[in-house]
Amino acid sequence: MNTNGLPRIVITGVGLTAPNANNLRDFRKALLDGVSGLDHAEIRHMGKRVAGFCDFDETKHQSKKMRKRGTRAGAISVYCAHEALADAGLELVNLDTSRIGVYIGITEHGNVETENEIHELYQNDLNIEYWSHHHNPRTVANNAAGEISLNLKVTGPCYTIGAACAAGNMGLIEAVHMLRLGEIDQALAGGVSESPHTFGIFAAFAAQGALGHHEDPKLASRPLDKKRNGIAISEGGCLYTLERLDDALERGAKIYGEIAGFHINSDSTDFVLPNSSRQVQCMQAALKRAGLTPQDIDIVNLHATGTGQGDIQECKAVREIFDGHSEASINFTKGHIGHCMGAAGALELAGNLLSFEDNMVHPGLNLDEIDPDCALKNLVYGRPRDKKVKVILNNSFGMLGINSALIVRAY
Amino acid sequence: MEKTEVRQIVLDIIADIALDEDVTGIDDDKALRDQLDLDSMDFLDIVMELKKQHKIEVPQEDYPQLASMSSCVEYLKPKFEAVQ
Repeated sequence: MNTNGLPRIVITGVGLTAPNANNLRDFRKALLDGVSGLDHAEIRHMGKRVAGFCDFDETKHQSKKMRKRGTRAGAISVYCAHEALADAGLELVNLDTSRIGVYIGITEHGNVETENEIHELYQNDLNIEYWSHHHNPRTVANNAAGEISLNLKVTGPCYTIGAACAAGNMGLIEAVHMLRLGEIDQALAGGVSESPHTFGIFAAFAAQGALGHHEDPKLASRPLDKKRNGIAISEGGCLYTLERLDDALERGAKIYGEIAGFHINSDSTDFVLPNSSRQVQCMQAALKRAGLTPQDIDIVNLHATGTGQGDIQECKAVREIFDGHSEASINFTKGHIGHCMGAAGALELAGNLLSFEDNMVHPGLNLDEIDPDCALKNLVYGRPRDKKVKVILNNSFGMLGINSALIVRAY
Repeated sequence: MEKTEVRQIVLDIIADIALDEDVTGIDDDKALRDQLDLDSMDFLDIVMELKKQHKIEVPQEDYPQLASMSSCVEYLKPKFEAVQ
């Protein structure tokens, strides 16, 4: 692997909450067993819609007062951060907390809190006197990272990265940069989303004709399937503890994997429609940085949201690189958990991470009849596939044409 | 309005803010901040709840009047009586 003399960066801890699990091992089991995290929920102004909500204990690591003061994104972040540190075997009392950074990918932030305030405003006859003083700290873009900083008393550089649905990968990539620059010694990085707590995202996807629906909510998110009809909106979070390899080895840390390569680029094409050529370029650049070829990749995890054009364009890009050039297994995660927005990339990587240990590829859920335009060789669906896995390529793409590809390999 | 009624209203508001703490043993003559984990945002919460629940305005220059339970009661009693 070519790091140009820069330090190698490894994953030593994972903290997550998904609509179907609240830790890495349970999440892996749920994905292998085909457990859906989707259900019908009552959405303000929208009625009954399919969504994915997490059921972690919000007050496991946060006081009731701070939970009430903060945001759902903050609560998810605080939970994941504590779990990621504990999983890494790190205790804050033994660390220089000014050397810890937090990098959280977010699709968007502040919509939930703003909608709630406007709802209250209407309940109060538009009397602005009751507008909450909590509105600004709840809606600043760095809210999720800031709540971690406050909760853990971490004083290093803590911020979020806005990158639509490519954001989960982006948090990890930012952590790699900061660790390599020597700005920090440990990073808590990944992505978080509270999206289904806003009606606006449901209404907007519905207006776009891209809101997933089915009388059985567990069947509503069906990437690559002929009958797919859009996105199931979910919340979630996944933060990784990342360290320089030498530091991890010195303390005898468990190493889940190494960040081998990555790339971020932009389509410069359309507000919402993807550009498969740019996606190809993104994956190729990530492979080049990792010093790998398509033959070296064992799993490609698709972004695959379950929209008509999104899935077709991504499959076209993946086909161009991998079909005929690689035996990489290809899977997707949103059939199980829906689209966790800013958390999607980070959660979906986590879903495959333990394949380094159990040598299985989790299947994509709800793919019954493949759309011919989405046909891919070595697509894993229906049931898990046994396979020796050493390298994973994780795709995440977002609106306004932001693409990210992250490659992780077993250490 | 009796002082005990005003005290109970304030205590209920504080209990709903200091959710993790037992507020029943508050010493009325000591600063609330010295007994409970309250910061400036919490005091703004108290001001907001007085406004929302009881239509009582506490102008910024009067915030120091909310320092202790006894000063709260002294300050708020005439305000409660005025809105009754």
